[in-house]
Amino acid sequence: MVPAESTGQHKDRVLPGAPSRPGAASPLLDIKNLTIEFGSFNPPARAIEGVCLTVHHGETVCLVGESGSGKSVTALSIARLLSSPPARYVEGEIWLDGHEILGLPETELRRLRGRVVSYVFQEPSASLNPVRTIGSQILEALKLHQPSLATKEEVVRLLAMVGIPSPETRADDYPHQMSGGMQQRAAIAMAIASRPKLLVADEPTTALDVTVQAQILDLMRELQGEFGMAILLITHNLGIVREIANRVAVIYAGQIVETAPCAELLRQPRHPYTAALIRAVPELGRRANRLHAIPGQVPSSFDRPEGCRFHPRCEFARPECQKNSPLLIPAGLGHWTRCPWHDQLPLAPLSPDSKA
Amino acid sequence: MSLLEVRQLSVRFPVRRGLFGGVRAWLRAVDRVDLEIQTGETVGLVGESGCGKSTLGRAILRLIEPADGQIIWKDTDITTLSGRELRQWRRQAQIIFQDPINSLDPRQTVGDAIGEALDVHKLAPNRRERQDRIAALMESVGLDPSRASDYPHEFSGGQRQRIGIARALAVQPDLIVCDEPVSALDVSIQAQIVNLLLDLQRTRGIAYLFIAHDLALVEHISRRVLVMYLGRVVESADATELLHHPLHPYTQALISAVPVLDPDSRRKRIILGGEVPSPINPPPGCAFHPRCPWAEPKCKSIAPALREVKQGHKAACHLITADNSTPGNPTATNT
Repeated sequence: MVPAESTGQHKDRVLPGAPSRPGAASPLLDIKNLTIEFGSFNPPARAIEGVCLTVHHGETVCLVGESGSGKSVTALSIARLLSSPPARYVEGEIWLDGHEILGLPETELRRLRGRVVSYVFQEPSASLNPVRTIGSQILEALKLHQPSLATKEEVVRLLAMVGIPSPETRADDYPHQMSGGMQQRAAIAMAIASRPKLLVADEPTTALDVTVQAQILDLMRELQGEFGMAILLITHNLGIVREIANRVAVIYAGQIVETAPCAELLRQPRHPYTAALIRAVPELGRRANRLHAIPGQVPSSFDRPEGCRFHPRCEFARPECQKNSPLLIPAGLGHWTRCPWHDQLPLAPLSPDSKA
Repeated sequence: MSLLEVRQLSVRFPVRRGLFGGVRAWLRAVDRVDLEIQTGETVGLVGESGCGKSTLGRAILRLIEPADGQIIWKDTDITTLSGRELRQWRRQAQIIFQDPINSLDPRQTVGDAIGEALDVHKLAPNRRERQDRIAALMESVGLDPSRASDYPHEFSGGQRQRIGIARALAVQPDLIVCDEPVSALDVSIQAQIVNLLLDLQRTRGIAYLFIAHDLALVEHISRRVLVMYLGRVVESADATELLHHPLHPYTQALISAVPVLDPDSRRKRIILGGEVPSPINPPPGCAFHPRCPWAEPKCKSIAPALREVKQGHKAACHLITADNSTPGNPTATNT
């Protein structure tokens, strides 16, 4: 089932991390050292801390984390969709297509939303207006961002492109007349109507069945090939990462703990959390008596542990890990980890017998 | 003798015109399902949303009344039990749900939630014993017994699922129906709960009917697996057999749709068109034919029966040939 020659296919998919392709000197999205706090508690809840993330033109990056890790906060901050207050952008910069988002006046920001970055969310019903037809909502997005294309024909073309059958009639449907998978397709049609350079998809398939999930992932890949847009996909599912990502960033308790090209991260993780996460996933055909659980729970944003945030759950924790907050250090080409001991640890991801 | 044997079980829901209108149609949520569970084994039940897997799980416990068929529990027909007898029988079969917060009363302490089960079945003769039993149950699911007076909202999702399990264990059941018990939990916590269920099974010999949409998870913990589509079982086999030699095109697509982590794995993907049709008005013939990549004319008119293709492996498909191959079976067609 696993011939070794298939590795080459993945190498082509991996775009270089730091030095980008010629002609695209600076990354499309460059989040630098971003820290966001919430609430008036003392100390306040730090949703994310010192997050750095880049997405290059045409690239697919996955941001992986569990609930409460800060992955959605990071996603929403890109178009400054988190209203402030309650959110406070404490520190950092977000560079999107040459603009610094955090310092941008609201009027200019509105021109970037849609045209440069658009979103797809987990619940398609949340991004669709229940009392208006699908067609009229897509038309509105076009009028706002691509006025020259704001025609019924373009709406039908978009709906056909995302695989909605008989788009001429379905354009007149209301969201409730569609299934969850069809609603998500409509939401994607609306998001790509404005020809964004970056599509941020926050758990776009979590609410869908597996066979429909496969369809939607396939669709996103196709659309990317067609429009050359970059995708930032937020997910908790490592299987999806393997399907779609060029590069992966793993976030834990508000911090990026590891970032690497996709195949390398799955084959050779360099952070104990990533390695544990990979092993915790039950895989088809990898029957074992027990699953590899990670003990304990994800810490809440109020009481994050001192030192390395993963140390209370880490099987390799040492006394130093309780005190020193580790920094992101290089662990290979385009590969960064927040574990100072990574090269001394047995972080073998998939046991050899799994490849039976 | 099986612990549980379900014969030709059907559940139908009326579809009404408006709130008080007459019955317009019948939705066949579960259609003539056979199922057998032995003592201490895990049977997996997979399918997509709306396939009837949860309804089947509830109908087995008589939480939903079946329209037809029989439920035999250790040689006793429980399909017709009522009142006191039914309540007494329920001690032997319990259920845990996907979202533990919705199955716990927010105003009841965790100790009382677990103790309630003891009270209903009069399993604790006095206060002291009740407390001891609650503490022992909490400990057995990995919860700190000193937290018995805390309320559900003070626990995390994984801990709440442990409370649900403790509650089910309180009456020492022989069977627990696990209805998507880990789908609402994070991956790292999922593994904890699955391991807990496996440990409890080993020490107490409890049988599980494990209902989930995650085929990888079901394959991992079940001995036998049933695949449902639109209310019917379309394939059932030993877990390993099902994974390596799936015969029904739907099972094949379901397996290929599961994302795989190993970056070196190369699988043929079958991406199904369309979605699960409405069970109110299912397609004629084989219910899967509109999405089946290999459908033939007869699939559109004749519903295939679930038949034993080889020892312990049943499938409902017209396309299975005499040498047990189907167009999409990678092992048989050698692609």
